[in-house]
Amino acid sequence: MAASLIETPLFGVTLTLVIYLFASILYRRFQYALLNPVIIAIVFIIALLRQCDIPYQHYAHGGDLILFLLGPAVVALGVPLYQRRDQIIQRLVPIVTGITAGAITSIITSSGLILLLGGSKQLALTLAPKSVTTPIAIGIADKIGGITPLTAASVVITGCLGAMIGPSFCRLLRINHPASMGLAMGTAAHGLGTGRMLEIDHLGGAIAGLAIGLNGIITALLMPLLILLLDQI
Amino acid sequence: MVRGFAILLGLQWIGELISQGLDLPLPGSVIGMVLLLAALRLEWIQLEWVSDAAQLLLDNLSLLFVPAGVGVMVYFDLIAAHWLPLTLALVISTLAVLAVTGTVDRLLSHCGERHGR
Repeated sequence: MAASLIETPLFGVTLTLVIYLFASILYRRFQYALLNPVIIAIVFIIALLRQCDIPYQHYAHGGDLILFLLGPAVVALGVPLYQRRDQIIQRLVPIVTGITAGAITSIITSSGLILLLGGSKQLALTLAPKSVTTPIAIGIADKIGGITPLTAASVVITGCLGAMIGPSFCRLLRINHPASMGLAMGTAAHGLGTGRMLEIDHLGGAIAGLAIGLNGIITALLMPLLILLLDQI
Repeated sequence: MVRGFAILLGLQWIGELISQGLDLPLPGSVIGMVLLLAALRLEWIQLEWVSDAAQLLLDNLSLLFVPAGVGVMVYFDLIAAHWLPLTLALVISTLAVLAVTGTVDRLLSHCGERHGR
């Protein structure tokens, strides 16, 4: 009976909420960037499922319900964008230039490093859209011939990295203004960077949300150039 | 709250229709975000209709990524096969994007402010 309960959505939803709650309490107590509650929760749940031999599919019955809310949450990013529209329009040139520079940097460094480290062209293409939000990245990887599931995993890992080290790394480089930090977080680490940024500053969060969409469009548009470039090698 | 969720989900649904209809590389949710911004700007939708639901979702945005992260475990073998180039490329590239994007924005908005004065 207990075993069949693991296959109901109740299991995945409850497990996610409870573990995330504990991870948040841990984070609030120690205020240490590496203890980012999202990463702690992910690592802990994976470890628990593996330890107890529970297949991912059982967890996903509930996990998918939470994941479903990500759709309307992305739509909801239109609210802070609307509230901060005057400040954003004022900064539109630096915002669009910054995202474009970030998109080019992301594509070139990720695929370039893979090739330098002896990876295949396919692996380079797989990682090229890694800073873009999952649904766009999967669409891109699919179109350019990357390994789609590995793209999805890289996107999530990139988001975790950005959420974890992004704010401290930005401060280290004297990127202190919340607008600049938000733009960097949204461009480098999509929704996970935006979620972290919303906890720090409202304007920064709004700009990070804008960066998710714009970086997705710009990266998709730049992909044919990368393919041309890789064909030359 | 119900009205808010109906609007957010409805706009995502319209976004999906547009995405599929025009064969765009954008997900319905991102198109929905733009539609929401436009609808608020044109005052077709009042801010207070959606603010409660939007606040609830955005306050917990990070939590919504946990299941996607757990999904990475399915591709553990694929990641393990390429772990070294993957790790180095992801870490270095993420830091590079943060640095370039943030610095470009910082320098350009400084210029803009000086011109404004």
